[in-house]
Amino acid sequence: MDIGTVRGLLTLALFVLFLAVVAWAWSSRRKKDFDEAARLPLDDEPPGGPGSKNRLSGGVPQ
Amino acid sequence: MATAIADTHSAATTRAESYNDKVVRQFTIMTVVWGVVGMLVGVIIAAQLLWPALNFDLPWLSYARLRPLHTNAVIFAFGGCALFATSYYVVQRTCHVRLFSDGLAAFTFWGWQAVIVLAAITLPLGLSQGKEYAELIWPIDLLIAVVWVSYAIVFFGTVALRKIKHIYVANWFYAAFILTVAVLHIFNSLALPTSLTHSYPVYAGVVDSMVQWWYGHNAVGFFLTAGFLGMMYYFVPKQAGRPVYSYRLSVVHFWALISIYMWAGPHHLHYTTLPDWAQSLGMVFSLVLLAPSWGGMINGIMTLSGAWHKLRTDPILKFMIVSLSFYGMSTFEGPMMSIKTVNALSHYTDWTIGHVHSGALGWVAMITIGSVYMLIPRLFGRESMYSVKLIDVHFWTSTIGVVLYIAAMWMAGVMQGLMWRAVNDDGTLTYTFIESLNATYPFYAVRLLGGVVFLTGMLIMVYNVWKTIRGSEIAEQPVLAAA
Repeated sequence: MDIGTVRGLLTLALFVLFLAVVAWAWSSRRKKDFDEAARLPLDDEPPGGPGSKNRLSGGVPQ
Repeated sequence: MATAIADTHSAATTRAESYNDKVVRQFTIMTVVWGVVGMLVGVIIAAQLLWPALNFDLPWLSYARLRPLHTNAVIFAFGGCALFATSYYVVQRTCHVRLFSDGLAAFTFWGWQAVIVLAAITLPLGLSQGKEYAELIWPIDLLIAVVWVSYAIVFFGTVALRKIKHIYVANWFYAAFILTVAVLHIFNSLALPTSLTHSYPVYAGVVDSMVQWWYGHNAVGFFLTAGFLGMMYYFVPKQAGRPVYSYRLSVVHFWALISIYMWAGPHHLHYTTLPDWAQSLGMVFSLVLLAPSWGGMINGIMTLSGAWHKLRTDPILKFMIVSLSFYGMSTFEGPMMSIKTVNALSHYTDWTIGHVHSGALGWVAMITIGSVYMLIPRLFGRESMYSVKLIDVHFWTSTIGVVLYIAAMWMAGVMQGLMWRAVNDDGTLTYTFIESLNATYPFYAVRLLGGVVFLTGMLIMVYNVWKTIRGSEIAEQPVLAAA
């Protein structure tokens, strides 16, 4: 097997790895965990604390 | 004495249940201070290009010494402090735990400020390694390495202590940024000292160039991109009050971005003695980078999907969304400029300077400014900034400043490239270099104006921050129990 073939196979392997990451990320088993994780920045301080009115008047509360 | 003991005692008892916001406050304030300093030096050297006499024939004020001072100040002092501040804030809030070590965290603050002050002394003195974005001499490089390893210990130590099973995506980006910058800095700075202020790099010739631009482009890719994407993934959802558009996309975005960025460096060395295959490799990876870059940009902007009305009343959100738009623009422009035939026109012209500032002022500075405006009231116990209206004024000032700046540099750059390559029928050059310089003067004036306008916005920010924090009562914020 010459070096060109090895490099081609390596590229293919990395592409398959990429597809595997995509499949893992979109698998329905991950959905619950990801939905919880996505809320981490939103649920990290008590409501009405410092910074809670940091927008122009007339803004809807978060 | 008694109060001191009481303070120590209460600090010890609250340590377990409150966040370490002191170091975040320190880095946040210094972000604003160094932002003004770095951009002021930028304005000075922009004025020197228009009026060269402004160096007053003093070597310490010459363009060649102040330019690295400007880049170091805005990237490592302004950008660096912003990354320290936000990463320390985000990792504590999303892991529901106090920073790993108060002492080491304080060391990273004072150590980093020492690096900045040493840079501000040595660069005007003309002490330099001559590597772009890695100019600092070897003793300062050693200090950077020690501070950076301490930073990694504090950050990863905090992640290890987390009370939440999942590591939030922003922390992945911050982690990649911290790890990669450690590797880049250490390998690019390997040198043999000949005196306290002078050294030779261990690499020679084109290998040295390749290591330098492997470092240089990943400073863009990890310091100025991955780190600030970490900021984006926390502060945009936070300010918008909704979760990120697609968490799944953020996972793929992360792995794709960090895998590909690492190989894009050779596009800085097109048409040099670097082997042709390496140049083409750098170009291809740069082109592929468009995909993860835009994936992240779309993920950030679409977080506002269904809540666009918030932009009307929230100037902080405006800063963030416009910063993402500039990120999208400059990550389209970058791959395009890495194409060898386009690079043949753009390289060595002011187009490159325009591209860099579209990323640095449009993306990095604006996401930072938005995040700082979000952080300051929270860190200093205020309901809001002193004047939200002034945030809006700052937003428009910044936007107009960036647009003036980059439009001037685009036009100047394309014009220079075309003038330099123009040849007469007999094969001689149509224009002398000095003619292209003369033709650039009007654009240098517009660029200076853009810089002054942007800096004015920063001064508005200083006033607003000062009025917000003056007389504020800082209350320790308790660590929230994990949900």
